[in-house]
Amino acid sequence: MSEPLIEIRRLHKVFRVGRVDVPALRGVDLDVPAHEFLAIVGPSGSGKSTLFHIIGGLTPATAGSVRIAGQDIAALTDAGRTRLRKNQVGFVFQKFNLLPNLTAGDNIAVARYIGGRNHAPDADFDEVLKLLGISHRLGHKPAALSGGEQQRVAIARAIVNHPAILLADEPTGNLDSENSCAVLQVMRDLNRRLGQTILMITHNPEAAAFADRIVRMRDGRIVVDG
Amino acid sequence: MTGKLVLENLKHRPVRSLLSVFLIAVPVTLILCLVGLSRGMLADSARRARGIGADIIVRPPKTSVLTLSGAPIPEKLVAVIRTKPHVAHAMGMIVHPISSVSFASGINLDSFNRMSGGFKYLEGGPFQGPDDIIIDEYYARQHHLHAGERVTDILNHPWRISGVAEGGKLARLAIPMHTLQDLTGNTGKVSQIFVKADKRADIPEVLAELKALLPDYNIYTMEEFTSLLTVENVQGGALSTFIDVMVGIGVVIGFAVVLLSMYMAVLQRTREIGILKALGASRWFILRIILAEAVVMGLGGTVLGIGLSFAARALIEALYPASLTQAVTPDWWPIVAGISLVGVLLGALYPGLSAAVQDPIEALAYE
Repeated sequence: MSEPLIEIRRLHKVFRVGRVDVPALRGVDLDVPAHEFLAIVGPSGSGKSTLFHIIGGLTPATAGSVRIAGQDIAALTDAGRTRLRKNQVGFVFQKFNLLPNLTAGDNIAVARYIGGRNHAPDADFDEVLKLLGISHRLGHKPAALSGGEQQRVAIARAIVNHPAILLADEPTGNLDSENSCAVLQVMRDLNRRLGQTILMITHNPEAAAFADRIVRMRDGRIVVDG
Repeated sequence: MTGKLVLENLKHRPVRSLLSVFLIAVPVTLILCLVGLSRGMLADSARRARGIGADIIVRPPKTSVLTLSGAPIPEKLVAVIRTKPHVAHAMGMIVHPISSVSFASGINLDSFNRMSGGFKYLEGGPFQGPDDIIIDEYYARQHHLHAGERVTDILNHPWRISGVAEGGKLARLAIPMHTLQDLTGNTGKVSQIFVKADKRADIPEVLAELKALLPDYNIYTMEEFTSLLTVENVQGGALSTFIDVMVGIGVVIGFAVVLLSMYMAVLQRTREIGILKALGASRWFILRIILAEAVVMGLGGTVLGIGLSFAARALIEALYPASLTQAVTPDWWPIVAGISLVGVLLGALYPGLSAAVQDPIEALAYE
């Protein structure tokens, strides 16, 4: 059997709040094969966002290991985690998090620029933009886009550098049901057509149902897998 | 792409950007005005001194080139100098301040006419009596005066304006010498003596002879004297130091403005910085954007400051043509640009570094 794309072992994360240690992850073990669409569900405070932040290189782990394509990211320095975010992962956030002063097209272009790809996107990416249904909206700033459009631009931005993993944190949390459905379908299409590995946090069981596999977290541990 | 990010950031909050540019422009304008006024007024003094038409100037002992008041030289010395070989003419003059930046010259008009070729009158004519005064066109314009009018606010004495003359010779005001001597308690004394040689080739000989005759006096050729009217020579370098201090203040103001502006911008953009970090932007990338933004504002402030210095010059020329003369100083433009850039880079460094080391999760959670 081939090695999983993401391999997490005995992962711990403790936050220091004042003089108190608050454990957010208490020994998480998880394998995610390449090309999987995985949903992580759980109540607030269950540790799913912390798990995302560690996988995405936004924060270091306290103990344990996280290997992405064989590389242990728990041992990375700040610069190493920056390179991980640049090359290996793409983020989609609940609040879209587009740069408000740039057009949709420039939001995507800035991600390419940071990723060291300072030339025009591949021709294939035009197909992705068509798939996302935002080709005609690239000249608009986020304030002129609907929530659904903004989230689809955020998805385009997240995958423009062909990351190994797309991390989506409550991607439908700020959308109505129609836009939620559209965004989830787009993500499933990306997974099916392009083989994009996707990890999605959600509270919404209907959203989770779009995934291949659902992992449930509680109190910093995975309680149900599959 | 960095350029686009910087420009879009500046455009996104135009009031903050324009206000910052304006505030950076203020010290630039102040420095350029200060340097321009210092140079302009000294150049104007030199031009008017040259306008007298003398070849040599004799000044009292222990005076600097810019000491323009007091009358410690006995007037009879003028007659002695006139007897020296190759001296075509000698003229005593008393100088008295009438304000912090304006002086009156007490002259013997016949002697002055012989030395300089005389005034070119735009209105009226020469002195008709001891209480007459000749003003130059700039003084007339600033104080809205005309020939024939009477004034009493100069040395608390009633004067009749006998003429308005073209500028460029002596001080702005010319008064009969004996009247000014009596009014200032300097009867029989003068402030300086101007000497004209028979011909240009005789100047060195006359100069040597006068130095031998008056070893304690400061005696210069007019060329040498006017060349000494520089910022560095004013009050033993005090003006130069003052300009340096103002330049320092300019750097501090530029630094403070940009520090506050960029600190505010970084706070306002905390979330955006978090987004860039989530996209994989390095600390240097974030710092570069903040510094580039500061540099653009610094350059904008410099250009605006230079523009405002021209506006200030026009205003000064319109309001105080007699009191203040501001030179255009293009050689200082790169200097003020450098000063602005140093100020803005120093000012942007702390906010830039704060942004660069921001925790991406905290930044993304910032509301």
